[in-house]
Amino acid sequence: MLELKKIDFWVKEGKSKKKILDDFSLRAKKNELMVITGANGSGKSTLVEIMMGIKKPSNGKVFLNGKDITDLEIFERAKLGISLAFQQPVKFKGLNVYDLLNIAKGELISEQEAEKYLKRVGLLAKKYLFRGVDDKLSGGELKRIEVATILAKNSDVMIFDEPEAGIDLWSFDNLVRIFKKLKTEGKTLIIISHQEKILKLAERILVVEQGKIKILGKPEKVLAKITGEKNGA
Amino acid sequence: MELKEVEKEIFCEVAGVFEIPEGAYNFRVNGKSIGRKSSENIEIKTKKEKSGLDIYIKKGTKNEQVHIPVAISVTGLKEVVYNDFYIGDEAEVTIIAGCGIYNCGGLDALHDGIHRFFVGKKAKIKYIERHYGFGKGPGGKILNPTTEVHLAEGAEAELLMEQIKGVDSTIRKTMADLKDGAKLKVEERLMTHGRQVAESVYEVKLDGVDATATVTSRSIAQDFSRQTFKAKIIGNNKCRGHSECDAIIMDQAQVFAIPSLEAKNVEAELIHEAAIGKIASEQIIKLMTLGLEKKAAEAKIINGFLK
Repeated sequence: MLELKKIDFWVKEGKSKKKILDDFSLRAKKNELMVITGANGSGKSTLVEIMMGIKKPSNGKVFLNGKDITDLEIFERAKLGISLAFQQPVKFKGLNVYDLLNIAKGELISEQEAEKYLKRVGLLAKKYLFRGVDDKLSGGELKRIEVATILAKNSDVMIFDEPEAGIDLWSFDNLVRIFKKLKTEGKTLIIISHQEKILKLAERILVVEQGKIKILGKPEKVLAKITGEKNGA
Repeated sequence: MELKEVEKEIFCEVAGVFEIPEGAYNFRVNGKSIGRKSSENIEIKTKKEKSGLDIYIKKGTKNEQVHIPVAISVTGLKEVVYNDFYIGDEAEVTIIAGCGIYNCGGLDALHDGIHRFFVGKKAKIKYIERHYGFGKGPGGKILNPTTEVHLAEGAEAELLMEQIKGVDSTIRKTMADLKDGAKLKVEERLMTHGRQVAESVYEVKLDGVDATATVTSRSIAQDFSRQTFKAKIIGNNKCRGHSECDAIIMDQAQVFAIPSLEAKNVEAELIHEAAIGKIASEQIIKLMTLGLEKKAAEAKIINGFLK
């Protein structure tokens, strides 16, 4: 279970401060699939970066299975069982896909095992295993490799920041299948998404607006409310 | 061939040699040849007029290797060595050179290696050169390699040159001229730390029709070290040339990249790229999200970059 309690997050803007997250509390239950949505700049990415430890909250606490992890470093949280797939996958000069999967797994794995993760994200494993994680790969390829590293890491809590961005329709459908499978494997999934297909997978949808929870509830209720607002109801 | 432990370590580091290699070789320790073998197709001779070797590789030789590593383990030793390679037409060989200095004394130890390659028509060479220094004495470990490559029509040369550790000062000069259809590929890997100084200078003349050259340097400058990369490519004909300097700068280090292109023919296509920057923070963060501590993440990025 991952829990945020009364999180504030401020950034400096000139001489004043801007509040990105405001008294934000949230609890993702074990084996829950939660989808976070909301307008650009509403604070979604900041929220997951605080979960992963990339950003430290100005106020408030973060708990994992009841343990206060607020002051833990990124790698310590990773070792405790949290992982994050970035919205913009990071490129490296000199590290190849196999290197990255080994790092994610935390040990030297066989090529066959590495290929297994690539196949799950729909990549021709032999073609990609020793390719550099660099500019020569397309955005969609990098995105799928990013997801493959999360599969190799196999954390209890998996966070995905807009996993659908930049991937084709076939890969998107495959991604949906992956999320369903991970759910059956007992993972806790927190996914930032705007895609209806992913929103419908959720047990709860969280709508973030101006750093606060606007709506949190079951998909049918939240989607009806969003649709109603769009139609001016 | 009797070797001290430090000399064994040097040969292992610079040439990957744990035992007497197959093929032709010459092992040089503290200014003297301590073991040599020519093969049926590769003849190694001592130069008469100055220190060094003449190495003759017969026309059509295929898949053979020559090892010519150098070790210095005496403080204060300074040497200049001239090695000339004459590679026959259509030969294909790998040449493994490199020099290591162990200096635990107070005087500078220096090795200037001047290597000239005369590569025959349609011949292919792969040249691997590693430089390495160690020993805690205050005396400098100084290596100044000069590499001259002359490529005949259709000849190809691939140069892999590394200086990864422990060399206090180096001036690396590489010159090449290419005739019709010749190809040159250079990969340089350089890491400096402490107060080390490294200067890498390239001058490549693309004289022939359809000659091509690629010069890539990847380097990491740490602590207070200083690096300079100068690459000049001259297009004298219809040709293609590309130079690339990619450097990671850390701590208080300094890196200077001075690429230069000279097109002297309207059909010359010349490109240079130079990028200097610190390790991208998002790279470190990504590896930390996969469970690596910050230092380990940096080390992975550095090792990968120099791989």
